[in-house]
Amino acid sequence: MKTYDLIVIGGGPAGMAAAISARENGCEDVLILERGSSLGGILNQCIHNGFGLLTFHEELTGPEYAARYAEKICALNIDYQLNTTVIRIDREKKVTAINADKGLQILQSKTIILAMGCRERPRGALNIPGSRPAGIFSAGTAQRIINIDGYMPGHNVVILGSGDIGLIMARRMTLEGAKVKVVAELMPYSSGLKRNIVQCLDDFGIPLKFRTSVVKIHGDKRLTGVTLARMDDRNKPIPDTEEFYECDTLLLSVGLIPENEISDEAGIPLDPSTCGPVVNNDFETEAEGIFACGNVLHVHDLVDFVSQEAASAGKNAACYIRRNGLSNKERTVRLFGSDGVRYTVPQILNPDRKDEDLTVRFRVGEVYQNAFISVFFNDQCILRRKKPIVTPGEMELIKLRKEQINQFPDLKSITIKIEKG
Amino acid sequence: MEIRYITCICCPFGCQIEVAVGSGGIQSISGYTCNRGLNFAANEVNHPERMVTTTVRVIGGMQPQVSVKTRKGIPKSEVFRCMEELKSVEVHAPVRIGDLIRENICGTGIDVIATKDVQQINFQNFSD
Ligand SMILES: Cc1cc2nc3c(=O)[nH]c(=O)nc-3n(C[C@H](O)[C@H](O)[C@H](O)COP(=O)(O)OP(=O)(O)OC[C@H]3O[C@@H](n4cnc5c(N)ncnc54)[C@H](O)[C@@H]3O)c2cc1C
Ligand code: SF4
Repeated sequence: MKTYDLIVIGGGPAGMAAAISARENGCEDVLILERGSSLGGILNQCIHNGFGLLTFHEELTGPEYAARYAEKICALNIDYQLNTTVIRIDREKKVTAINADKGLQILQSKTIILAMGCRERPRGALNIPGSRPAGIFSAGTAQRIINIDGYMPGHNVVILGSGDIGLIMARRMTLEGAKVKVVAELMPYSSGLKRNIVQCLDDFGIPLKFRTSVVKIHGDKRLTGVTLARMDDRNKPIPDTEEFYECDTLLLSVGLIPENEISDEAGIPLDPSTCGPVVNNDFETEAEGIFACGNVLHVHDLVDFVSQEAASAGKNAACYIRRNGLSNKERTVRLFGSDGVRYTVPQILNPDRKDEDLTVRFRVGEVYQNAFISVFFNDQCILRRKKPIVTPGEMELIKLRKEQINQFPDLKSITIKIEKG
Repeated sequence: MEIRYITCICCPFGCQIEVAVGSGGIQSISGYTCNRGLNFAANEVNHPERMVTTTVRVIGGMQPQVSVKTRKGIPKSEVFRCMEELKSVEVHAPVRIGDLIRENICGTGIDVIATKDVQQINFQNFSD
């Protein structure tokens, strides 16, 4: 049986950038397996502009950003199979995939990169009371129906959740002639980017109501309306705040979950905070030679960071092959988020393996103003940075210089905290 | 004098910019991080612009429509007219990224271009 150097699962921006970087760093036999009918992942349906400013210094639409990478895949002659779903992987790096042409394939690889992205939280997880009429869509599904298939799912719209997809869809449906009546957000802040609130809601006078949720769904065959209510601190509806909105469409934009069923089945440990694999500073999971990047690792708002992270994962997979798997027993430093920091990626640092600065990405659990981001090496504070505002909607990043890390030979833990100003 | 608060939409940082506007126009601008933000804030007060991204129908394509964008921002007041004008536009496959879809949309001097490739339907694929 042929052994690939690298099999990449998922051909979105993460998978493409990882494959390109692996090839550029010396991986010969690279194969991308993609479930969809083209490369590009979610970007194919994100036709709005706002991608790639950091990478290309110009603002591209999703399909344009994807095309830049797809062209490079072709130029480098990187192999890919479309309409191919990976159903199983194991720690021996055997990949089981199915497609209509080849049926079931079992492929052997030296390394695997997980780049399966996210899926939207289904409505079932939300427990909205009421009937189950037609007209309720996740925001991403509505995006696909409008932007790819070319149909309008409805004309009078209420959106639950102010994540970026919901905001983008509020504008998209408004431009297509629908009336978006309101965006309701359970939290006291939006998890979407500020710029999207401005250009997708404010521009069109669409109200955004915080601490508000859907308490009832009306309609039998087709949705006829929803009842919204204000919520108290315990997320219980406040009496007498109910308001009825007539609508034929309810979009749910209540967050994304990394798609890790196959990682989980392979016994790859997941971080309960990110729902993605636990990784070290090489983006390697706890299963040797299996790496993860992009939205399958943790949810990103910006594709540029996805591409950066993926390029690094690709390069590290190439290094892994060059050094023939793990070498010496290494030191392990754990990274922790505490006091408002929900998680860090990576979760583990192996300082001996690489002589490089360390980039730690993290998210906070609520909005903080004029707070400090503090970094502790063991119990010692080594960095305090003032930030005017940090919000759960925006991923934060901190860079730790290798000299700083090397000065601490008995480093056991790195903790990132929010300290109030 | 009036202070206008503007959120810059030119990049994901979304800086909060303050523009002081007096009778003679803009007096001062503060809170931006880079020149894009400075220009954006000045424009936003005087003649706001938005890029429009949407889709148009494709005839004979592997996909029923193609995504398009205005090459640059057009006056905000023209956004809905632009959408209206594009409703009647149909293009024939194949379409390539960057292809001109509509010249000088709504007389703004700005072109609308394709942002995706759409291949022609290959009927041979459907035989046998
Ligand atoms: C609506 C929306 C708006 C956004 N707006 C912006 C923006 O304005 N600017 C910006 O920078 N970023 C934006 N983002 C974020 C950015 O698009 C994502 O972070 C990025 O696409 C994630 O890339 P990915 O490759 O990890 O995942 P995806 O793009 O989801 O790709 C994952 C791929 O894996 C495939 N796959 C999954 N499971 C399997 C399997 N078992 N076998 C085979 N293939 C599989 C999927 O089919 C998919 O193609 C937006 C995202 C969304 C959803
Ligand atoms: S001012 Fe510059 S850095 Fe700030 S949001 Fe605008 S473009 Fe981004």
